[in-house]
Amino acid sequence: MSKLSIITKGFIKDNPTFVLVLGMCPTLATTTSAMNGLEMGLATLFVLVLSNMVISAIAPLVPDKVHIPVYIVVIATFVTVLQFIMQAYTPGAYQTLGLFIPLIVVNCIVLGRAEAFANKNGIVDSALDGIGIGLGFTASLTVIGIVREILGSGSIFGWKFISGDGILAFVMAPGAFLALGYLMVLFNKFVKKN
Amino acid sequence: MALCLTAVCLICSSVLAGVYALTFEPIKAASQKALEQSISAVLPEGLELSSAAVANQGGQTYEYYTASQSGETAAYAVKSTVIGFGGPLTLMVGVLADGSVYNTSVLSHSETPGLGAKCTSDVKFMEQWKGFPANANFAVKKDGGDVDAITASTITSRAYTLAVKNAVDVVKSLSK
Repeated sequence: MSKLSIITKGFIKDNPTFVLVLGMCPTLATTTSAMNGLEMGLATLFVLVLSNMVISAIAPLVPDKVHIPVYIVVIATFVTVLQFIMQAYTPGAYQTLGLFIPLIVVNCIVLGRAEAFANKNGIVDSALDGIGIGLGFTASLTVIGIVREILGSGSIFGWKFISGDGILAFVMAPGAFLALGYLMVLFNKFVKKN
Repeated sequence: MALCLTAVCLICSSVLAGVYALTFEPIKAASQKALEQSISAVLPEGLELSSAAVANQGGQTYEYYTASQSGETAAYAVKSTVIGFGGPLTLMVGVLADGSVYNTSVLSHSETPGLGAKCTSDVKFMEQWKGFPANANFAVKKDGGDVDAITASTITSRAYTLAVKNAVDVVKSLSK
């Protein structure tokens, strides 16, 4: 597998949201607007890249019986580091994403990549895999966020193009399922085929 | 096996301790800045601000700041927390010495995005607090009061109103 295809597979072939269908909880909960989706995606990307690199480096040293606890400790460490950094330098984003930052620890995508890729591949490939999957996740979340924001609030990235309210349901949980479901259908019909 | 797990935990906790120490000051500075901005947003300009003090009102403690002009108390900024729709809703409320509201600002909230979260952006809702009189009826119009609620966010509006009312009550008891 070429280095480039490790990155690009995260967008289509192994798209974490629409193909692997992992990490649904943060996907549904944080995509109320395009900006929130983007921020959540980038936060996950940060954790994914660093945890993939560290796990690929230590994987040969870790006995099989304790590999999951060790991976979780590594992932939790990076999530907490991210939390401190966001609190210090981007308090606004920290405030909006709130609870979902610590929940990156239990995001299946992060542990999934550790198990499926990082512990069998080198540090560079694992970092690229983290970047690819992370960007794919960010792109999916941003697209869902854009759709929900257009329908629910009548705006894109906070820029309002209609006055008054949109279809409020799309900002709330039912709209999240609807938007995700229809986007998944479109993705499978038009993008995944080729 | 146990050795490996212990080593990983030790390394991870020392990394965390390091990052905590590094970000401690910036985090403090960021929250201090947010607090100062909210205080200056809810009080008239050109007043001298005291340091934080604590008041007791109705079994709850409130942090407040006194703003004075040439030695005389002109206004208070009261930090007021209530339970909103999605969790705690914390406001900074600027109240003049006569008990009328000068302005309000949201410090933190966990209201529904697109609905209750509009309490930080809905101009009509936010503007009505400017100069809200002390003797007004602190309840949303649906409950027979004087407050225009945010559309489809009555619970958030009620909580917001309660937070402002509590702050005004604190000031009333302070200026007695």
